[in-house]
Amino acid sequence: MSKVGQQLYLSSSPHIHSGETTVKVMRAVLYSLVPACAVAVYFFGLSALLVLLLATVGCLATEAVCQRLMGQPVTIADGSAAITGVLLALNLPPTSPWWLTLLGAVIAIVIGKQVYGGLGSNPFNPALVARVVLLISFPVQMTTWSAPAPLGSGLDLVTTATPLGAWKNAVMLTGQAPVELQGGLTQYFLGNMPGCIGEVSALALLLGAAYLLYRRILTWHIPAAFVGSVVLLSGLFWLVNPAKYPSPVFHLLTGGLVLGAFYMATDMVTTPVSTRGMLVFGAGCGLLTVLIRLFGGYPEGVSFAILLMNAATPLIDRYLRPRTFGVQAGKG
Amino acid sequence: MCAAHDRLTEMKLKTFAGGIHPPDNKQWSAHKAIEDCPLPAELIVPLAQHIGAPAVPCVAVGQQVFKGQEIGSAKGFVSVPVHAPTSGEVVAVENRPHPWGTSLPAIVIRADGEDCWSPELEPADPGELSPEEIVEKVRQAGVVGMGGAAFPAHVKMSPPPEKQIHTLIFNGVECEPYLTADHRMMLEEPERILQGVALLQFVLGVERVVIGIEANKPDAIALLTEMCAGTPVEVIPLEVKYPQGAEKQLIAAVAGREVPSGGLPMDIGVAVHNVSTAAAISDAILDGRPLIERICTVTGPAIREPKNLRIRIGTLLSHLVDACGGLAEEPGKIVLGGPMMGFTQLGFDVPATRGTSGLLLLRHEDVPLHPEGPCIRCARCVQACPMNLLPTTIGAYARRDLISEAAEYRALDCIECGSCGYVCPAAIPLVQAIRYGKAAILAKKRKA
Amino acid sequence: MLAAILSLGFIGMIAAFALGLAAKKFAVEVDPRELAALESLPGVNCGACGFPGCAGYAKALVSGTVDLNLCPPGGADVVVKLARILGVEASAAAREIAVVVCQGDNRRAQVRYHYLGLEDCTAAQRIAGGPKTCPGGCLGLGSCQRSCPFDAIEMTADGLAVISREKCTGCRKCVAVCPRNVIRMTPYDATVHVLCNSHDKGAVVRKYCQVGCIGCHICQKTVPGAYKVDNFLATVVYEHSADADEAIAKCPTKCIRDFTTGYPDGSSLTPAVPEKPHAA
Repeated sequence: MSKVGQQLYLSSSPHIHSGETTVKVMRAVLYSLVPACAVAVYFFGLSALLVLLLATVGCLATEAVCQRLMGQPVTIADGSAAITGVLLALNLPPTSPWWLTLLGAVIAIVIGKQVYGGLGSNPFNPALVARVVLLISFPVQMTTWSAPAPLGSGLDLVTTATPLGAWKNAVMLTGQAPVELQGGLTQYFLGNMPGCIGEVSALALLLGAAYLLYRRILTWHIPAAFVGSVVLLSGLFWLVNPAKYPSPVFHLLTGGLVLGAFYMATDMVTTPVSTRGMLVFGAGCGLLTVLIRLFGGYPEGVSFAILLMNAATPLIDRYLRPRTFGVQAGKG
Repeated sequence: MCAAHDRLTEMKLKTFAGGIHPPDNKQWSAHKAIEDCPLPAELIVPLAQHIGAPAVPCVAVGQQVFKGQEIGSAKGFVSVPVHAPTSGEVVAVENRPHPWGTSLPAIVIRADGEDCWSPELEPADPGELSPEEIVEKVRQAGVVGMGGAAFPAHVKMSPPPEKQIHTLIFNGVECEPYLTADHRMMLEEPERILQGVALLQFVLGVERVVIGIEANKPDAIALLTEMCAGTPVEVIPLEVKYPQGAEKQLIAAVAGREVPSGGLPMDIGVAVHNVSTAAAISDAILDGRPLIERICTVTGPAIREPKNLRIRIGTLLSHLVDACGGLAEEPGKIVLGGPMMGFTQLGFDVPATRGTSGLLLLRHEDVPLHPEGPCIRCARCVQACPMNLLPTTIGAYARRDLISEAAEYRALDCIECGSCGYVCPAAIPLVQAIRYGKAAILAKKRKA
Repeated sequence: MLAAILSLGFIGMIAAFALGLAAKKFAVEVDPRELAALESLPGVNCGACGFPGCAGYAKALVSGTVDLNLCPPGGADVVVKLARILGVEASAAAREIAVVVCQGDNRRAQVRYHYLGLEDCTAAQRIAGGPKTCPGGCLGLGSCQRSCPFDAIEMTADGLAVISREKCTGCRKCVAVCPRNVIRMTPYDATVHVLCNSHDKGAVVRKYCQVGCIGCHICQKTVPGAYKVDNFLATVVYEHSADADEAIAKCPTKCIRDFTTGYPDGSSLTPAVPEKPHAA
């Protein structure tokens, strides 16, 4: 019988672990964004790549500086700042000037994340905080869109309007939807349309989301409720007046809806933890998105909708707790 | 057996909501027949081995005792006596290291090697006994729940008259990874189990009797189903999911009802006993033998030869290790019980008790060591929690000493199954935090 | 522009009027003595008095049923002020401060297992009685530090709690939270302490700690009356501890320390200007 002693570990149960770690989760999210980034670079060329790199490096550097200044251990290796950077880039126009991108990165990390206490403590999605601050502060740079110029096509990036923007302009001017929008739904689905870097290809985003679903990092609740409520509400308007309101499919495939529903609204930190809460959160996002798109001043409302619902998350968590086993519904 | 397995995979198996799927690691010992552990020279029998008041010693140092003789008497209703696991001399009545982590009173017996049963113990004919007499014999035999909680069995057998029991469930789930003691007992000693089942059915006067077994034990399911054919006992295969064997989750799966929060199974007319408890009850009545031995799985990557051993209560863990060929490697963690709910030990110098269903030895590299990080609210713990709690919220409140908030989020409903801690990517010690909160809530209640 | 100014001004006036009216109508009578008492209390809401915060204590004081000297952080000054406000006689209790009676950090005292889990002494104590072999030693996980409302406790790099004599107000929060009872209340004027909390026999203590009291009685023999040894552990008899420092050099395990000459090794705290205990 050999001697055992001070080399033993003692702890509370459980004594085994699934092996899943925060770093692995973050890494998987980054992997899942590769197709969307690749499509963006294909359509918008090096300028998109530059924005992606600048935003990511900017976020990592800002996080490192913040943590160093606050005397905390530097945790940029956990991947969360990198995700914020990539998501921020995906929410910027491909023609963003370098200073806009870097400013966004600093805003995302400082105002969106570190002032609240860093990873896990921020109430709002940091990338969206940055996007909205930039959108309000620099409306010209943030809404200068260019038509895709696929690599090798020899085309230059030409300034144009997003499908949602074109629709909004037409409605404002004539009260009617434009007779014909550039491109078609298939092109939108593939990503051949003007927009933010990450808004373009629903296909690439869904590919990444499928991987996250398979890895169980994403659950279906928020995206399903988000997309479902958008389809429902926009479908209602469309049925009433198809001459003025665009179809649900148009809503789904244009703008940041897929990016928002699968990546921005599913940020774990800023969304409810219970399944019922997630459904309400997603439905709220969808509702607000459609209302802002159809009746708001901005052509796109996904970011605002998600941020508003982020603010409602503590409330949702408080009032939509799961029913505890053995407690009858309605009794605490 | 193969056909039985195919049928199980095709069926929609009963289960509960939530839970996790840890690797079951039962392959180490599932195929090993039960072996008798050699009798150690000295046995250390703790007086506290069950939930409730510890027993009081009723023998003196120097006294000769027979195997099965009472050496500690029960104190109060929720208490059971303890018995000499072999014949020999009482050499000490003093505090000894206990698996609960401290030194607690124990009776030390030096075996004389005769292993001679007490002449006072006599088998009984169950046909001549009334239910009350059976319950009393079970109490005298010191039978406790042998799934790990060690709650005195006679208390569960004597519900107050207003709580009529209509469903009796036997727990053959054994959902803890690594453990195979119940599995082997169901395969090798089904008669003992079924005799106990019949006795309990008679005592409680129930109509519906169910044996719940996880579908990863198709051989045991097939055997018991065959043996129960033509009897009112129904064998139900259950989905392989942890914690399927937790009392409340088992009832939910089998009976489709939830034990009310803060209540007992008897509140909804259900009683649950472990299959090995049924066997111990059978021994107590049919053979008149008290609970002095049990089956214990000694397993894990750090043991040379994993085994299912029949051990005497009071055997030191070091003796169990020796009986399994010694250590294969320096252990990193010594766990009494299973890896999800077992307790870590400081060494091998503590005795096995009635609740010791397993001894698990993990190597250093098996010990999860990643440092704790901040909660990213991924909600995995919420999805895993079989009690539908918000483990991360309760844990966070408990750690900040916000005790009434932890109570409001129903910390006391936590069954400490460990599912949340198993899935947490931030490696937050959720179970420990919630336990801390529960203790604080209970302390506050006592004060008030 | 003008319309905006006028309309906003009008709204403002109405609101001000309504507020003024409400303030008059719903005014709550507060005993002026209660306000004065609350003002003289330190306002840290530490709870040492046993009431919910300073306001709770002030309220209780005015009701006249509680002692004036229940506020250790306030010290003598506050007692004098409260006595004046309430018009009663009262004397301050002698100032007491908390001392961690252990020097066995993770370098000098044996740790019997690797603890994994919550950074909390009470939680660690539940795992087989805590990782430190010594049953009374400081676990070093900082529960007392987190409980201290005055930031008076330092955790050394090797896991030992050290309490600043200057910052400690004697609120006893740390005493209540420590699962090993290794924090004791001592008179502020007594600066010499035996820093050990183990009642084990000398031979046992030597096995697990380099700086534990082994119960050798040398201190007691050197300065009769200033020390007593009870169950293998020496303690200072604070009423007669004037010359207790003479035994420091004689202690074989160096577990007696004068806090005016230095805090336990590893601490970054520095003693204030050495002061001789003035007449008690």
